[in-house]
Amino acid sequence: MEHSILLDCREVWKIYGARADDLFKSHGNRLSAEDLAAHGLIGAVRAVNVQIRQGEIFVIMGLSGSGKSTLVRCLSRLIEPTGGEILFEGRNLLAMTDREMIAIRRKKMGMVFQHFALLPHLTVLQNAAFPLEVQGMPQAEREARAREMIELVGLKGREAYFPRQLSGGQQQRVGIARSLAVEPDLWFLDEPFSALDPLIRREMQDEFLRLQGLLHKTIVFITHDFDEAIRLADRIAVMKDGAIVQVATPEELVLHPATAYVEDFTRHIPRAKVLSLRSVMTPGVPEGATAGDLLVSERIETVADRIESSALPYRVLTEAGEVVGHVGRQAVIDVLIGRGITR
Amino acid sequence: MSRLHRLIPGRSGVFWILLFGTTWLLSRHALDLSRILEARWIVKYPAAWQLPVERRISGFMQWLVEDAHFGLFSFRDVTRFVASVIELPYDLVRNLLIDGFSVGLGNQAVEIGPSLSWIAIVVMVTAFGHFVRDWKLAALVGGCFLYLAVFGQWDSAMVTLASVLIAVPFGAVGGLLLGVLAYRAPAFEALIRPVLDLMQTVPVFAYLVPILFLFGFGPVAALVATIIYAMPPMVRVTIVALRGVSDEIRDVGVMVGCTRRQLMWKVLIPTAAPTLMVGVNQVIMLTLNMVIIASMIGAGGLGFDVLSALRRLDIGGGIEAGVAIVVMAIALDRLSQAFATRVAGDYRLDPNLNIVQRHPWSATVLIVTVVTYLLSSQVPGIQSFPEAAALSTGTFWSDVIGYINVHFFDTFEAIKTAFLTYLLLPVKRFFTGIPWAWGIMLVTLIGWRVGGIGLAALAGSLTALIAAVGLWDKAMITLYLCGTSVLVASAIGIPMGILAARNDTANRVIGSLIDTLQTLPSFVYLIPVVMLFRVGDFSAMIAVVLYAMAPAVRYAAHGIRNVNPQLIEAGMVSGCTPRQLLWRIRLPMAFPELLLGLNQTIMLALSMLVITALVGTRDLGQEVYIALTKANTGQGIVAGLAVAFIAIIADRILTATTRRARRNMGLDG
Repeated sequence: MEHSILLDCREVWKIYGARADDLFKSHGNRLSAEDLAAHGLIGAVRAVNVQIRQGEIFVIMGLSGSGKSTLVRCLSRLIEPTGGEILFEGRNLLAMTDREMIAIRRKKMGMVFQHFALLPHLTVLQNAAFPLEVQGMPQAEREARAREMIELVGLKGREAYFPRQLSGGQQQRVGIARSLAVEPDLWFLDEPFSALDPLIRREMQDEFLRLQGLLHKTIVFITHDFDEAIRLADRIAVMKDGAIVQVATPEELVLHPATAYVEDFTRHIPRAKVLSLRSVMTPGVPEGATAGDLLVSERIETVADRIESSALPYRVLTEAGEVVGHVGRQAVIDVLIGRGITR
Repeated sequence: MSRLHRLIPGRSGVFWILLFGTTWLLSRHALDLSRILEARWIVKYPAAWQLPVERRISGFMQWLVEDAHFGLFSFRDVTRFVASVIELPYDLVRNLLIDGFSVGLGNQAVEIGPSLSWIAIVVMVTAFGHFVRDWKLAALVGGCFLYLAVFGQWDSAMVTLASVLIAVPFGAVGGLLLGVLAYRAPAFEALIRPVLDLMQTVPVFAYLVPILFLFGFGPVAALVATIIYAMPPMVRVTIVALRGVSDEIRDVGVMVGCTRRQLMWKVLIPTAAPTLMVGVNQVIMLTLNMVIIASMIGAGGLGFDVLSALRRLDIGGGIEAGVAIVVMAIALDRLSQAFATRVAGDYRLDPNLNIVQRHPWSATVLIVTVVTYLLSSQVPGIQSFPEAAALSTGTFWSDVIGYINVHFFDTFEAIKTAFLTYLLLPVKRFFTGIPWAWGIMLVTLIGWRVGGIGLAALAGSLTALIAAVGLWDKAMITLYLCGTSVLVASAIGIPMGILAARNDTANRVIGSLIDTLQTLPSFVYLIPVVMLFRVGDFSAMIAVVLYAMAPAVRYAAHGIRNVNPQLIEAGMVSGCTPRQLLWRIRLPMAFPELLLGLNQTIMLALSMLVITALVGTRDLGQEVYIALTKANTGQGIVAGLAVAFIAIIADRILTATTRRARRNMGLDG
């Protein structure tokens, strides 16, 4: 199950401007940035291929204007792409009728928005129950479900409040509760924490990780904040000018940036936050005494204190319990002070 | 093109001076010229060239009413159907408010139930005032309605209120639906936008004529006219409000799987509700305005009281009814504004209380209504306010006006004469003297100068049309009255606006004054003016100035206030005196804004001008008014369109000028 692909996005394009469709038909995927500029068109999304796997947090990272918001709207078909295929559970979303799309959105997709997008005339409870109301679920049933969701996001007791009476962080919790009410298989979050203050943002990120630990959703998460991306992501897609520059785990991205553009982002990221023991350990079974065992996927940040305070090295184990290497005080210190990091 | 440019002097001042000079000369000597050349066509548009538009329209309307048939039903059936749809609820509300319920007709009528007691209605509006805002508003609207009862205006006021209560839902819901349709179908929007534009410039009287023809004299015709008049702003507001809903909210609707209908009614419209309520407020105020005017085609009520008082020159009665209209307008405006900005209560109800304790206001209203309803046939004075106790201010007002006229007659007369001699008559002579052929040329040239070929063609052909339907002279009188009124309104309004922008106290006083002036139905302005200055162009001018001044003040204040503060600081650092700051920085920078105000002032002036036909002007308004009394649809529509054309030309020329000014000042691209 771990590696099955839930959403497969193949050669997706979104071009804005007069007669964009005609140009796309005649050129197809060979359309270059120069072609677009010559016709006065804007390629908001250009030939994007991404595969989103069941149960992963897939972060799309890019600066404003990079096309990440347009891409996520293409994936959810809020915006009609100019070309390409988007396979969801093996079926092409772009070939679906409005009615089929409505059915998919009602049962299988949820979305959280940057500016919360709560309906101002509804209470917290009614907002959270809104997707169920639209489906025609009876009031008692949908409110019971919405109450569970509100409790899940920690807003119990505020069911009767209106959105304007809540802080930004609380409003986004309602947005999250609403998007989870239908128990979606695929969860889109479009810069959900960008409009929040830094402290609240961090708190919400923790909350998000806690929820994901409980729910194991498949997530497409949009952000312009690289710190946020590496904190949350299983894999990151870096976007620039409508195209994907690199798709990789945070660790790979830091160790092997594909372009100078990606490297610019990664340069100021403390390595300890990103690197796992896998990248710093000395391979091979250690000789002599060891202080204990650590998992190969642990990030340096979380185990640095333990390794550094021990005179003996630790053994590094895979999930299956096989010993693959060992790591000592010096390796951790090198990472923490940024000495001799490989490119 | 470049050669043409060389022919006209580079400095634009010279162009305008030459243009004005030629016009002035022609205006002065056209008559002599036509005598010398023995060419009467110079001063008078030849009857033989006249387009028979009037007759055609009248003929078409005749055909529509008498012969038009669409297979299963005739046009007549359509109007009858519309009439019955409106009449039924109207009768119901009217019976409830004032007439009482009865069975049978004429003398055989048997009353089966009285109307609501005045006490119940006063309690209702007071409770509603408290519901939508607070105690202060409750006291205000309660006081307003109490005034209507105590001062003997109750019956007429309730007739007017019944019309408003029926017209508002029709206008608001109709406007909402049309707006939704326009939002969904861009083709439909492209279709109705020019219609909306035209409807806003055609004077109100012009609506009345065809409707009178189609529906006959009576409350239904008046209601139809009112609904049509009040609907366009609601359509516009709906389109704007729906467009204004943020993309994210729309996306939420789509993402949770809304159908198109659910998206509209569960997401977009509730989210846009605050803006939509502003539109409803507008509908209410326009409805009241029109209900008063439509008394000419049988709406009855307060408007009819004013109209008949004006006709009888009954000073006291007119002012009394006028004050009642003002009181009603203020109550309706404050109520609907408060309703629009009301925030839904978030208190939770205590489940331990019984139903009366939980809803004290509703319960009180219900109890008062039922008790007074049951008692009304037994106890006098409950059904309707006891006549013996009613106060009349009629004599008081007559005395006041009488006193003023006795003691200040000479002063007023002197003011009037001075205005007539030094402003109105010379301007009138100038405008009416312009030969029609040069007039068309002149407007074309101005259009070309400020907006290029397109505007020249539009302005020129519209002006030519006015001449071609034989309304040149009347159009020139309209122009003269409108021009002088706008001049005076700007001369008073702009300094007031500047003052309001510079001084907070002045801002508060002027702001509330302007707000009140704007809520009053246009009809009301005629009353004091006629009482003091009798009929004539001068009275018309004063009424128009009062009605049209508000935008001049508003835009001036807004323009001055919004001048970039850095520019002011730069001026101060350069050592400008306050006077220099005003004349060299603030006013020039606010110029585009002043032009916008001027545009609005002209539009309001034109719409009011038509109503001043009642006080004896001889312009296009008079033409519409005459058409109304004779139910001559062709004449009414043609004259109405002529006014609309003038409005459109003025609007386009001023808009083009504003755009140029803004571009020259680098305010936008």
